[in-house]
Amino acid sequence: MNDAAPNAHSAAPARRLGDNAPLRLAEGGLIDRSRTLAFTFDGQRYLGHPGDTLASALIANGVRLVGRSFKYHRPRGILSAGPEEPNALVELRSGARREPNSRATTIELYDGLVAASQNRWPSLKYDLLSINGLAGPIIGAGFYYKTFMWPAAWWEKVYEPLIRRAAGLGRAAGVPDPDTYDKANLHCDVLVVGAGPAGLMAALTAGRAGARVVLCEDDFRLGGRLLLDRREIDGRSALNWVAATEAELAAMPEVRILRRTSVVATYDHGTYAAVERVNDHVAEPPSHEPRQRLWRIVATRCVVAAGATERPLVFPGNDRPGVMLAGAVRAYVNRFAAIPGRRAVVFATNDDAARTVDDLAHCGVDVVAVVDARPQASAVMADATQRASARHISGGAVTRVHGRLGVEAVDIRAANGATARVACDLVCVSGGWSPNVHLASHLGGRPEWDATLAAFVARNLPERMDLAGAAAGDLALADAFTQGHRAGSAAAEACGFSAASAPIPLLDPESTATSPLWRVTGTRGKAFVDFQNDVTTGDLELAHREGFRSVEHMKRYTTLGMATDQGKTSNVNGLALMAELTQTSIPATGTTTFRPPYLPVAIGTLAGHHRGKEFRPTRLAPTHTWAKEQGAIFVETGLWLRAQWYPTPGEKDWLESVDREVRAVRSAVGICDVSTLGKIDVQGPGAAAFLDFLYTNTMSTLAIGRARYGLMLREDGFVMDDGTVSRLGPEHYVVTTTTANAAGVMAHMEHAQQWLRPGLDVTLASVSEQWAQLSVAGPRSRDVLRAVVDPAHDISDAAFPYLAVAEVSAMGGIPARLFRISYSGERAYEIAVPAGYGDALVRALMDAGRAHGIVPYGTETLGVLRIEKGHVAGNEISGQTTARDLGLGRMLSRKKDFIGRALAERPALVAAGRPALVGLKPVDRSLRLRAGAHLVAQGAEPTAANDQGYVTSVAHSPTLGHWIGLALLSGGATRHGERVRVWDPVRSGDTLAEVCDPVFYDPAGERLHG
Amino acid sequence: MRIPCVYCGERGHEEFAYLGDATVQRPDASSATAAEWHDYGYVRDNPSGSHRELWQHVSGCRAWLVVTRDTRTHAILSVEAARDVALSREKAAP
Ligand SMILES: [Zn+2]
Repeated sequence: MNDAAPNAHSAAPARRLGDNAPLRLAEGGLIDRSRTLAFTFDGQRYLGHPGDTLASALIANGVRLVGRSFKYHRPRGILSAGPEEPNALVELRSGARREPNSRATTIELYDGLVAASQNRWPSLKYDLLSINGLAGPIIGAGFYYKTFMWPAAWWEKVYEPLIRRAAGLGRAAGVPDPDTYDKANLHCDVLVVGAGPAGLMAALTAGRAGARVVLCEDDFRLGGRLLLDRREIDGRSALNWVAATEAELAAMPEVRILRRTSVVATYDHGTYAAVERVNDHVAEPPSHEPRQRLWRIVATRCVVAAGATERPLVFPGNDRPGVMLAGAVRAYVNRFAAIPGRRAVVFATNDDAARTVDDLAHCGVDVVAVVDARPQASAVMADATQRASARHISGGAVTRVHGRLGVEAVDIRAANGATARVACDLVCVSGGWSPNVHLASHLGGRPEWDATLAAFVARNLPERMDLAGAAAGDLALADAFTQGHRAGSAAAEACGFSAASAPIPLLDPESTATSPLWRVTGTRGKAFVDFQNDVTTGDLELAHREGFRSVEHMKRYTTLGMATDQGKTSNVNGLALMAELTQTSIPATGTTTFRPPYLPVAIGTLAGHHRGKEFRPTRLAPTHTWAKEQGAIFVETGLWLRAQWYPTPGEKDWLESVDREVRAVRSAVGICDVSTLGKIDVQGPGAAAFLDFLYTNTMSTLAIGRARYGLMLREDGFVMDDGTVSRLGPEHYVVTTTTANAAGVMAHMEHAQQWLRPGLDVTLASVSEQWAQLSVAGPRSRDVLRAVVDPAHDISDAAFPYLAVAEVSAMGGIPARLFRISYSGERAYEIAVPAGYGDALVRALMDAGRAHGIVPYGTETLGVLRIEKGHVAGNEISGQTTARDLGLGRMLSRKKDFIGRALAERPALVAAGRPALVGLKPVDRSLRLRAGAHLVAQGAEPTAANDQGYVTSVAHSPTLGHWIGLALLSGGATRHGERVRVWDPVRSGDTLAEVCDPVFYDPAGERLHG
Repeated sequence: MRIPCVYCGERGHEEFAYLGDATVQRPDASSATAAEWHDYGYVRDNPSGSHRELWQHVSGCRAWLVVTRDTRTHAILSVEAARDVALSREKAAP
């Protein structure tokens, strides 16, 4: 970082200009002149140095016109030297890395940088749309709300495209961002925001005390205003103090300095968000490095030393290129050795601007006039004016700016009203400084007006936060040091460290006297309050005339402060003008709400690595590798990737594959990974009573070594989930949940365990990830398992009948659990082994099953099998169905309390006409049914009033040879045999179907037993 | 927000799941009226100020917690293990 001598500011006056750029000073500045960087702006090639920003390099190259304004396409230049910049927004980089609305004042120059101006057509100098300036009345305040209101149909077709072309900001890249963005967490004792004098002093004090400190600085260089003001500390250049402090901080092991890092948000309880621009200062991030990193910082204490923002003055033509903030001008001449003009007028309300007068004169700029708005002559200003041999006008004002694409002259009105025209190419303005109160106000604390400072200062600070320096309204450098030290000590001590007192550096004299001027009156022409959104004093007056009085209304109607800069340079001027218009005080007018983020944050930064397929994790079933080898087609179900079907050569579509898989299960044997089901281990003396409370049916009566289908309700009486409950021992159960509800059921059970039934001694553990579980279904399933389950275990029907459960071993001693449960309606088993053995198990079962015609099947076949059997799944357990609706009313025990029992008995939930589960068969068996289609009575109009329900699930049943469906139909249970109209407006379906029992296949359940 | 879990210490709110009002009590199934069940299922206060809420440390120890929080400022006034609260309530019940 030390690429320039620390005492650069103290160099002798350098009146000569450098040669690689026309307005670069020959000496001085914190730039590395030993290296030259080439960059282009609007296709034109320029040169700069490391240490430059794009803005400083443009200024050094004499480029004043850098953009066109949002609404009126007025020519705009560079106003500021920091993140508050409203005008100098550019498209940075090209192609996929193009980033619109980048502030030239914060873009660190690198070799090969490409930037382009925005909002101009066809070119920056000849912008045809600047005719909007003539059409101003049409797009004044509230134009969004009134000009384009009629006819409504025109909005999308005509108005919006027109406005977007005429009034817009930069263009997004339009293609995916090739870079990566990172997210990370930081924990510290003391977070210091801002590395200006107050922040450096706070960090130094807390660091010396031994606290873990994180120091975040927006800039690529530490020092804050010490980089731009020629100040003396202890008799030497302030830059020496900065360098020494930086070196001491860097040597402290518990201090972490984050440069190029903006703290953008304050959240509750000491949590902050910060954006680190890790690689915005290079053309392309090095491989394996992110472009930006979003930090979540958790700090015990925070010292906000975020500085203050200078306010522009409001007068006609105040937006012309060449009108710049006085402090920013100092930054350009002192820090960057670039002079923004050769003949300057300074127009200010405060003594701070006297430094600009001195610094301009120091580097050879001709200061022709100093216009002090204050009627009482200021000695500080008068002295500086005299040193610069400039004209001093007290109680004066700049009333007009001449020049089309940049300042050529100004009209200056003296206190006596006489106006004179003065040629100049630079107008340095200062309306005073506004403390950056944003981070202190994000939690809702409203800043308060301080009349002496003529600024809002933060009050009601978030707990754990302190302010220091200009951010606290302490604008003098001496106060920044004192308060930085105080805040650093207090923060360290609050974290249990003891801070030593340190001498406050000795400073050169300073004055921060100020007196506000909110607008120059008695003038004509557009005077801008909000540059970025093109809001003028006239717009505020119009809004006021139209009845918008509240600050929040005025803000939205005029769009003041609503651009990407969020009104950093305009809000206070705007509020003061509103107060004037409404004839109230500024404190009574109040501020609008401060919301994060303080600076614009790219969506990519907030997303981090959660993009595309990495948006959320992908869970793979234990047999995934094997299924992939088989050529399975996969489907996302929640986070899981599950085999949907297994095509074999020659099959022309999914239906053919699924039909084959279903037939194989019904006639021989099939195998399916069901590990995705939630599995919860329930143990303890209270386990049986606990499950009785959770399930609608009784689980305490379940015999050891047996399984039972279980149904769970929510407390409001609707069905929550279903699954199996198996009893492995007197105090040991294992239950399954549906794949989709696994996490929710676990939380529900823990809620019941800890909150509703705290007295029961029962322990829960999710074992979903621990077991690989495969379903082996079909008439030959036992034959297959016989070869895999170790011979010591008897799995004959006598020893292991339907709904039996046992802990066994398989594949030669691997612990396993065997369940004789069936979803398909066939003789079926589920076998579970530790997850790591899942792959071996599926291969062993396939080997054993080859002789029996085994096929693997996926979720589609699983669906067909269960629909043929009328089993409900997620489509039916929709959160709006009761046990009775689903034909499961017999599972509601009358003998015990369970979750949902009472509210399930509400009259509306037991009413006869409720939609209930039925089966559907198309009357014309060749026709297809579609899920989602609605049901109306045969011959009835398909209207909402006639709606009687809808189709929940459909399948092509190879067993029956036609499509079948499950549906919820009003009074369904009593309507078997009726015909209903199945109306599907989305897919133009309109067929008749026969209502039937939902169990299409083997209604007596004989096949379960083999 | 940061919530001090009774078992894990202060953790970010993103590790927790919110359920809601911890002051409602499940009625006694043997004696409750339909109106009491309705209130339990559906009626909640929305206080401005101190509020007792159920949170679960889902991405942590899985404990359910009774968090007393000021709804205006998000200040966490106390955190208790839900099981302890429920047990002492059972003990206090006649
Ligand atoms: Zn915890």
